[in-house]
Amino acid sequence: MSRTSTLRTLAVWVAFAAVLLVLPMVFTSRTSLTVMNVMGIWMVFALAYNMLLGQSGMLSFGHAVYFGLGGYAAIHLIVAIKAQRLGIPVFAVPLVGFMAGMAAGALIGWFSCRRSGTPFAMISLGIGELVAAAGFMFVSVFGGEEGISGDRSAGPRIFGLTLGPQIHVFYFIAFWMFVSTLAMWAFTKTPLGRLANAVRDNPDRVAFIGYDPQRIRFLVFLISGGFAGLAGALSAVNFEIINPETLGAQGSGAVLLMTFIGGAGVFYGPIIGAAIITFMQSMLSDFTKVWQLYLGLLFVVMVLFAPFGIGGMVARILGAVKRGELAEKLPGWLLGTLGGLTAFFGAVMVIEMAYRIREGGRPFRAFGRDFVHTSPLNWLLAGIIVAAGIAIVTIAVRWRQRGTLGAALRFREVAP
Amino acid sequence: MTRIDRRQFVGSALAATALTGMPALAQGEPIRIAYIDPLSGPFANVGDNGLKQFQFEAARINASGGINGRKMEVVGFDNKTNPKEAIVQLEKAIDQGFRFVSQGNGSSVAAAIIEAVDKHNERNPNQSMLYLNYAAVDPAFTNDKCSFWHFRFDADADMKMAAMTDYLKGLANIKKVYIIGQDYSFGKAVADSAVAMLKIKRPDIEIVGNELHPLGRVRDFVPYITKMRAAGAQAVITGNWGTDMTLLIKAASDTGFNVPFLTYYGGGLGAPTAMGKSAIGLVKQITEWHANIENIGMDQVVTDFKKLHNLDYYYFRVKVMFDMLAAAMKKANSSDPKAVALALEGLEIDTPTGKAMMQKENHQLIQPLYISTFAENVKFDLENTGFGFKTDVRIEGPATVTPTTCRMQRPAA
Amino acid sequence: METIVFSTLNGVLYGLLLFMLSSGLTLIFSMMGVLNFAHASFYMLGAYFAYAIGATTGFWAAMLLAPILVAGVGALVERYGLRNVHRHGHVAELLFTFGIAFLIEEIVKLIWGRNPVPYSPPAVLQQPLFTLWGTQYPSFRVFMMIVAVLMFITLWLMLKKTRIGLIVQAALTHPHMVGHLGHNVPLVFMGVFAVGCGMAALAGVIGGALLVTDPAMALTLGPIVFVVVVVGGMGSLGGAFVASILIGLIQTFAVAVDASLSDLLARFGVMVSNRSDLGRITLAQVAPMLPFLLLVLVLIFRPRGLMGARES
Repeated sequence: MSRTSTLRTLAVWVAFAAVLLVLPMVFTSRTSLTVMNVMGIWMVFALAYNMLLGQSGMLSFGHAVYFGLGGYAAIHLIVAIKAQRLGIPVFAVPLVGFMAGMAAGALIGWFSCRRSGTPFAMISLGIGELVAAAGFMFVSVFGGEEGISGDRSAGPRIFGLTLGPQIHVFYFIAFWMFVSTLAMWAFTKTPLGRLANAVRDNPDRVAFIGYDPQRIRFLVFLISGGFAGLAGALSAVNFEIINPETLGAQGSGAVLLMTFIGGAGVFYGPIIGAAIITFMQSMLSDFTKVWQLYLGLLFVVMVLFAPFGIGGMVARILGAVKRGELAEKLPGWLLGTLGGLTAFFGAVMVIEMAYRIREGGRPFRAFGRDFVHTSPLNWLLAGIIVAAGIAIVTIAVRWRQRGTLGAALRFREVAP
Repeated sequence: MTRIDRRQFVGSALAATALTGMPALAQGEPIRIAYIDPLSGPFANVGDNGLKQFQFEAARINASGGINGRKMEVVGFDNKTNPKEAIVQLEKAIDQGFRFVSQGNGSSVAAAIIEAVDKHNERNPNQSMLYLNYAAVDPAFTNDKCSFWHFRFDADADMKMAAMTDYLKGLANIKKVYIIGQDYSFGKAVADSAVAMLKIKRPDIEIVGNELHPLGRVRDFVPYITKMRAAGAQAVITGNWGTDMTLLIKAASDTGFNVPFLTYYGGGLGAPTAMGKSAIGLVKQITEWHANIENIGMDQVVTDFKKLHNLDYYYFRVKVMFDMLAAAMKKANSSDPKAVALALEGLEIDTPTGKAMMQKENHQLIQPLYISTFAENVKFDLENTGFGFKTDVRIEGPATVTPTTCRMQRPAA
Repeated sequence: METIVFSTLNGVLYGLLLFMLSSGLTLIFSMMGVLNFAHASFYMLGAYFAYAIGATTGFWAAMLLAPILVAGVGALVERYGLRNVHRHGHVAELLFTFGIAFLIEEIVKLIWGRNPVPYSPPAVLQQPLFTLWGTQYPSFRVFMMIVAVLMFITLWLMLKKTRIGLIVQAALTHPHMVGHLGHNVPLVFMGVFAVGCGMAALAGVIGGALLVTDPAMALTLGPIVFVVVVVGGMGSLGGAFVASILIGLIQTFAVAVDASLSDLLARFGVMVSNRSDLGRITLAQVAPMLPFLLLVLVLIFRPRGLMGARES
C-alpha cells in the first residue's frame, strides 16, 4: 500500500469516527437517537453477515441464531451483574456476546461448513427453524415468549457512562460499532480474508494450492458468528430485553435484505443497507400501512436491475469520478434516476389507491392533490406515469449501450 | 424529524376532527394516547380493528364534551408484533409528547412495554408514562411482574379459567377433559391453571390429556383429534388463537368430534370466517361481552360501528377503559399520568354489563364475564358470516377474582 | 390398533398434500437448480384464485381454471424475472424468489385483505364418507388423496412415456447436452416452471379448502416443502413422493406418542426430572419440528437425498 493511500484510508476512518461523535449533536431528538441506536446494531450484524454472503459466497438463512445467542449470553450476564454484583461493567458485555456467537458458530459450523452453496443454505434454514423452536421450548434458558429482561444501568461504569439515558447508549453502540467495523475491515486485508474471497470465486483452485476450503469457510463462519453475537449483545443492552423471536427467521431474513440492498460486493454496502432498511422499518410505517410492499418491491427491483446494491452504485460513481468519466456518464445516470423516480411514483399511486379500495380512509395525497381511488382517471394517470417512467429508464439504458441520445431514441438499433 | 412529527400530528388531528364531525370545542391540548400495536404484518388486521375502535371511543368522549375541557386523541404506532420494535415506537411516542400508551396484542410485547415504561419512569420521573393494557392476559402482569404504571382492562388468563371451571362445575355429565395449547408461555399458563382449578372445583374430572404443540406450525390437527377421541375426552379446553384454533376446530368438525371446545379466542378476528359452519355448537368462548347480550343498550353502538367501518364491535373493554380513564381524570382533575394512576386505583364505574372495578392491589379490572356458544340465527352476526355468539352463562365480577401475589411499589408522593 | 390405522391414514393424507405441493418444486429445482422460495406462494395464489373464481363459477370450474391461471403467472415470473436474474448466479436467483414470495404475500393482502377468506369445499364433498370406530372420515380428504395419486401417476407417465417428458428428463440431468441437441432449453425451463407452479396451485385449491386460506398460508408451509425436496433428492419425483409420505407419517406418529426424553433416558438408567425443561418435552410436542431435524441430518450424511441422482 502506498503512503498516500494509507493516509487516505486513515482519513476515512478518522472522518467516520468524527461523524459518529457529532451525529447525536445534529439529531438530538429521542426518536432519532433510538433509530440511530437500532441502525448501529443492524450495521454490525449486516457487516458480519456480509463476511459470509459477500466475502465468502455463503448464503445463510439462519444467521439470526448467532445474533440471538450472543444476545442471550449478554442479557444473562447483565442480569448476573445486577443480581450477583459481579463488578463487570456492562460496557464490556459485547465481548461475551462475541464469544457466545463464536462458540455457537463453532458448534454448528463444524458440520454445516462441510457443504457450500444451496446445501449450506438449506442446512442454515433447518438449523434456524430448530433453534428458534427450541427457544420457545426451553423456558429456563430463553425465558419463554416474553424473553429475559435486564437493567443495563447496573455495574461499574466506564468512560462515565451510566448507560441509563439514550445518549449514553448511543456512544456505547457507536464505540462498539466503530471497533467491530474496523476489525471486520482489517479482516478483509488478512490472508484469511483474501482466501475467503478465493473460496467464493473458485474453491477448487484454493484446494489445488494447498488450502482446505472447508476449513477456510469454517474459520470465516466462526468470526462472522462472533460479530453477529456482538451485535446481539448490543441489542440486548439497547432494548434491555431479548426474546426467542430474535433467533427466528424474521431476523435472518431482515439481515439478508439489508446486506443485499446495501450491496454485498463492497465493504460499506451493508452499512448503507442497514441504515436504509432500519429507517424504513421504523419511520415508513407512520406514512403507509403497506410499507412492507414497498420494501418487497425495492428488493425485487434491486435483484433484477441492480444486484450490486446501493453500495455498488456508490462505488461506480466514485470509480467514475476517479477515472474522470463523471461528466460523460452523469447525464445518463440522472435520466435513469429521473425515470426510476417517475415509475416509482406511479407505482406508489397504484398501491396506495389499491389499498384504499379495501380499507378506505383518507385519499392518497401528493403534490397538494388528492388522488381518489374511485376515479378511473386517476388510475389511468397512474398507469401513464408508470409507463413514462419505464420508457425513460429504457432510454437511459440504451443511451449507455448505444453511445448517443439520438441512437437511444430510435426503436431499433441501427448497425454501425 | 421534527418536520415529520408536525405533519403527522396535523394529519392525525385532522383525522380525529373528521371522525367526530365536530368543530374543536374543547380547549387546550388534546389528551393523547399512543396505540402501539401491529398495523402491518400478520396480525395487522387485529391491530387495525383495535385502532378503529379506540378512535371510535375517543370520538364518543369528545362528542360529549371531552375530559376536563380537553379532547382525546388516539394515534397508531406500528409495532409489527415485535417487542423490540414496540420499544422503538414507544420512544417515538415519548418523543412526541405522549404520556399514555396502550397495547394489547402479544404478552411478549406487553412485557417489553411494562419493563420499558418502568425504566423510563424511573430514569425520567418528570416525564412519566402510563401503560393501559387492553388485551395482554398473562397473569404475571398483575402478579409477580406487577407495576404501578400498568393497568389491565381485560380479565387475565387465570380469571377466565376460573370462570370457565365455574361453568364446568354446572355440567355434571362431563367427566373427562382434554387440554391442548400452543407451546409458549400463554399456552402453558392456561394448561397449568386449568389443571390447578379443575382439581379444586371438580376433583371428579379426569384430565385425559394435556398437550402442547409448537406455535403456528401444525397444519393438520386431525392426528390430535384422533388422540382426543381415543382418550375419551368429553370437553376440550384450549388457549389457541389464530390459525391454530381455526384449524383445530375444522379438524374436529371434519371428523365428527362433537364435544364442547372451551376457548379464549373463539370469536377472535378472522376465526368466525375461517371456522364457518363447522364451529356451530362446538365453540364456546369466554369474554367480557358479545354482541348478542340482550337489553343492555349496546345494540346502537354495534350498529353504528358496523356502519362506519364495516367491522364488528369487539372490544367492549376498550369502551370501559375510556370511561374509566375519563372518570379518573375528572376525579383527579388532571391528566398527569401519576395522578390518573392514583385516581384509577380502586375506581368503580357502572357499565352496560354491570359494575367494573379497578383493583388497587394489582391494577386488574374486575368485570362480569360471559360464556357464549357459536350459533346460527343470532341478531348480530360476526364478519358477515350469519353466525354469532349466544350467551350460556354470565359470571359476576367478584366470582372471577383470583388471589394476587403482587407487591405494588408505588412512587413516593 | 385404532391409533395405528388413523395415524397411518392421517400421515398418508398429509404426506400426499405435501407431495402435491413439492412435486412441482422438485422438477423446478432439479432442472434449473433454483430452490424456488416462492413455490408456496403459488400454492397460496391457487387457493385465492380458486376462492375468487369459485364465487362465480363454482368449485369444479375453479379447480381447473385456478391452476392454469397460476401457471400463467409462473410463466411470466420465469420469463421476465428469473431468466434475467439467471446470469447473476444461483444466489441472486434464490434471492429473487425470496423477494417474489414477499411480494406475492403483500399483494394478496392488498387484494383480499388480511383476514382469512371463507373458502371451503363444495357441499358434496363435505359429507363424511365412512365411519371407523366412531370417527367420521370426510369425503373431501379422500378426494384429495385421489387427486394427489392421479397427479403422481399422470406426471410419472408424462415424464416416462411422452417425448416432452423425455426432453424434460434429459434436461433434468444434462441441460447443456439437451441444448446442444437443438432443443429450446429456455422454453423447456419456462414450461417446467409454469407447470410446477400450476401443480402448486392445484395443491392450493385443495389445501386451502381443507385447511385455511389466509395470507400466512404460504409462509407456514414454505420451509417444509424445501425439506421434502431436499430429503427426496435432486431430480427424483419418486424421491419426493417417498419423502412426503415419510414426513407425513413421522409427524403423525410422533403426535400419537407421548413419551418424553426423561422416559427415554430412564430406560438407560439416567434419571432426569420430568419437570425440568429438557425432561418435560415429549415427542408429540416436537413432532412438527422433526422434518427440520431430518433435513439437517440428510444434508450432513446423505447430501444427495434419499433417491437423488446427484448432489446439487
